[in-house]
Amino acid sequence: MSNKKNILRLSVIGAALLFYAALASGNRINAGGENSPKTDDAKARAAFLESYKVFSSARCVNCHPGGDRPLQGENSQPHAFLVERGADGKGFAALNCSACHQDKNSPGMHAPPGAEDWHLPPPEMKMTFENKTAKELCEQLKNPKLNGGRNLREVADHLGTGLVRWAWNPGGNRQKPPLEYEEFVESFETWRDSGAACPE
Amino acid sequence: MKKINLTVNEKAVSIETDEEKPLLWFLREDLNLTGTKYGCGIAQCGACTVHLDGSAVRSCVTPVVRADGKKVTTIEGLSKNASHPVQRAWLAEQVAQCGYCQPGQIMSAINLLAKIPHPTDAEIDRAMSGNLCRCGTYVRIRKAVHRAAAAIDEREKK
Repeated sequence: MSNKKNILRLSVIGAALLFYAALASGNRINAGGENSPKTDDAKARAAFLESYKVFSSARCVNCHPGGDRPLQGENSQPHAFLVERGADGKGFAALNCSACHQDKNSPGMHAPPGAEDWHLPPPEMKMTFENKTAKELCEQLKNPKLNGGRNLREVADHLGTGLVRWAWNPGGNRQKPPLEYEEFVESFETWRDSGAACPE
Repeated sequence: MKKINLTVNEKAVSIETDEEKPLLWFLREDLNLTGTKYGCGIAQCGACTVHLDGSAVRSCVTPVVRADGKKVTTIEGLSKNASHPVQRAWLAEQVAQCGYCQPGQIMSAINLLAKIPHPTDAEIDRAMSGNLCRCGTYVRIRKAVHRAAAAIDEREKK
């Protein structure tokens, strides 16, 4: 009888230990963070450098500018007119993003591109990609104070939105990013699941 | 083809049309509201500006299906006799030269004043920068916006 009680006692303690271990590691296990059992810094860094090719392309940088004006074109020049971010990332007064940008590309050369919910990050969370090194961008993407309060899984979710996917169907004579979408997502997830180490 | 149901200048409209037809042409051709102008067709000049549920949009690139179930206001819908404060200000300042861009200018100005009742010169320039005027009436447009802001203010005090 006492053996059974001991076994039961040990089982409860063991279960509790497992529970608290899971609780302590929290999202990091699910997000493949730095405490992930699959940590491989070299693999993570190489994967991020691949996805950085997309993050640093005009299709991403143009809507993640350092200033308060969106950028346009392959050379990332300031957006025509005095279009700006505005108080909520959706433009200013009569020049809201949605005044011109529809939920899909407008037909015709030089017509506005479009995707659902066309907007910039808000001014209090600019999530700037412009002129960021791979190391700087990597650190920023991991930091919830700088990435819109997201964990890495939620950052990955953002990559699946219509707005991000638009980059691979940009319309007109705009260039797609240098990786195919599936390659880009795979490289990002590899980085995340390998421990999300940042390049030196 | 799709049946589009919307309100245009306070009147209910229900017409079967190509849902991708630009709102501009729907207004001009289907409803004979020719006050809204075609300038470029690629949202680069602002001549086609109308209001969609109160927000300024460029009707030359807005498919009519986006207006389904919504409220559209064109230059014709502002007043019956050019009595809207912004229209009055435009007349008082003699803004128009050829006049082609002015319906779009006025619609953008109204949207600006709805969001910023007392804009500075810099705010006017920023908000109206997407409405081009080949005649160069920008200085008078700025004056007219200030005049309209004061008139609206005065009207609301009464």
